[in-house]
Amino acid sequence: MKLPIFMDYHSTTPMDPRVLEAMKPYFVEEFGNAASRNHKFGWTAEAAVEKARKQLAALIGASEKEIVFTSGATESNNLAIKGVVEFYKDKGDHIITMTTEHKAVLDTCKRLERQRLDRIDELKLQRLMELTGRDVTPDELATLEIKHGLENDALLKRWIDKVRVGARVTYLSPKKDGLIDLDALRAAITDKTVLVSVMLANNEIGVVQPVAEIGAICREKGVLFHTDAVQGVGKIPFDVETAKADLVSITAHKMYGPKGVGALYVRRKPRVRIAALIDGGGHERGMRSGTLNVAGIVGFGAAAEIARAELGAEGQRISGLRDRLWAGLSKNLDLLTVNGSLEHRLPGNLNVSFAYVEGEAVMMAIKDVAVSSGSACTSASLEPSYVLRALGVDEDMAHSSIRFGLGRFSTAEEVDFVIDLVTRAVKKLRDMSPLYEMAKEGIDLKSIAWTAH
Amino acid sequence: MAYSEKVIEHYENSRNVGTLDKEDPNVGTGLVGAPACGDLMRLQLKISDDGIVQDAKFKTYGCGSAIASSSLVSEWVKGKSVDEAQTITNKEIARELSLPPVKIHCSVLAEDAIKAAIKDFQEKRAKRQAQAVVAPKAETPAQP
Ligand SMILES: Cc1ncc(COP(=O)(O)O)c(C=O)c1O
Repeated sequence: MKLPIFMDYHSTTPMDPRVLEAMKPYFVEEFGNAASRNHKFGWTAEAAVEKARKQLAALIGASEKEIVFTSGATESNNLAIKGVVEFYKDKGDHIITMTTEHKAVLDTCKRLERQRLDRIDELKLQRLMELTGRDVTPDELATLEIKHGLENDALLKRWIDKVRVGARVTYLSPKKDGLIDLDALRAAITDKTVLVSVMLANNEIGVVQPVAEIGAICREKGVLFHTDAVQGVGKIPFDVETAKADLVSITAHKMYGPKGVGALYVRRKPRVRIAALIDGGGHERGMRSGTLNVAGIVGFGAAAEIARAELGAEGQRISGLRDRLWAGLSKNLDLLTVNGSLEHRLPGNLNVSFAYVEGEAVMMAIKDVAVSSGSACTSASLEPSYVLRALGVDEDMAHSSIRFGLGRFSTAEEVDFVIDLVTRAVKKLRDMSPLYEMAKEGIDLKSIAWTAH
Repeated sequence: MAYSEKVIEHYENSRNVGTLDKEDPNVGTGLVGAPACGDLMRLQLKISDDGIVQDAKFKTYGCGSAIASSSLVSEWVKGKSVDEAQTITNKEIARELSLPPVKIHCSVLAEDAIKAAIKDFQEKRAKRQAQAVVAPKAETPAQP
């Protein structure tokens, strides 16, 4: 067994050597631009890209004409959400998503909200200038808005109705187990809703959402459904028909392909339209200009083909390892909680809170093992994981969480090594934890007024 | 984030982990931080009647830097007078451990822990002295 051990397969995955082999010819020998239509160099590159497109489409039950290559899932999420909002702006401006989504979705939504509010502020300033007959600065907005009763201003209301930039966003909270509340989703849809964006599987807690049900609701209500499928595609069965998904974000580096290449599935029947974010040479049917990353795309295709062939057996093997890890830890240690549903979960994910010890301290004690923590200490902010907080996990338990991510190259030997190491680390840290001592003495920790700093 | 060698050293071989009897009149206990913020430090100092820190024990819930900061101050205060111990600043702790900016709060907590432990000791002593003064009064028989 080689150290350090990689158990952080949600952050990225090593490239499968077979993927590297497939890519190799496309750097030096077959270096053509897939958009060069007039010579062999271009044709070879184009053929390679088209093969990859088919391989990827086959993995998700799509047609190759529905695949748009991008630089990764961050871009795919941006393109899906901003592209729909822009294209369907005359239909509506409301998006529904969840508080547990990846930042590439959440921050995109935040920007759209901001843009709309900024536009409305501009209109208010304009209206106030009319009403006061003088120049009005943004600092005066709040005061003058009240004084001039803009709340009930009919003209301003008409202007705001005509705003076509940005969006309004509903962020649904998950249930305690991380799953979406389908009734809440149904209730949140309005006649202004154009898009629902809910991820297939969560990157922290591995919880798998009932996308088929979500897709059915969206179809019934005539709303587009986007899913960030990054963590699930290639790991669990997923196809765009069962999910009734209109837009799907995928990235190669989470499925044993190269970094910096991703895709957005855009449904053709019924036709889904998006506005491009990046303009230029009109590549990818105008939806994403820019010379294609041929080698990367070839690798993505190869990774997709391997995943399609091996997903079933691999999923079983990996969930076996995950269950072994959980069985070992819960046998050796008390006061553990799994965050998120164990049942609706990616095979390779285990997210555990080790009560009374802090996540980063655990990671430091097991420094030969690469895992990740929901503790604030691992991020620049001092807030613990927003995903765990959204589930209603107490802050101290969020600080105590460790995410284990198992994958294609994980072994039982590694799992056993990690069980032993984590057990010793948690025991040692609990021995030096004042909280553990107090809890063992029967002190109710919730009753204490801490000197928060 | 990479840890400094000193943080790793204190984390792996933490000094003075443990518990002193908090009922002992010579023991001051400082408990600072909050579990919700991800760190909680308990520093206990055994202080002689002439004001010298004879022993120090800590328990800390927190990241490696918080544990290292606690371990470091538990070493530093030993043998110092209460007045000297009070002068230890978070800057010195952060400098000694080469803490990066995001970890400065760990050193602040360690400084606060010293001050809180000393304050607890002084309050205990003041209470004891006050009791010593009022004690005889309590013994005067009640007026019939
Ligand atoms: C759920 C999810 N969405 C999106 C992304 C971003 O993907 P990429 O790294 O390809 O931009 C990630 C990876 O960090 C992810 O886990």
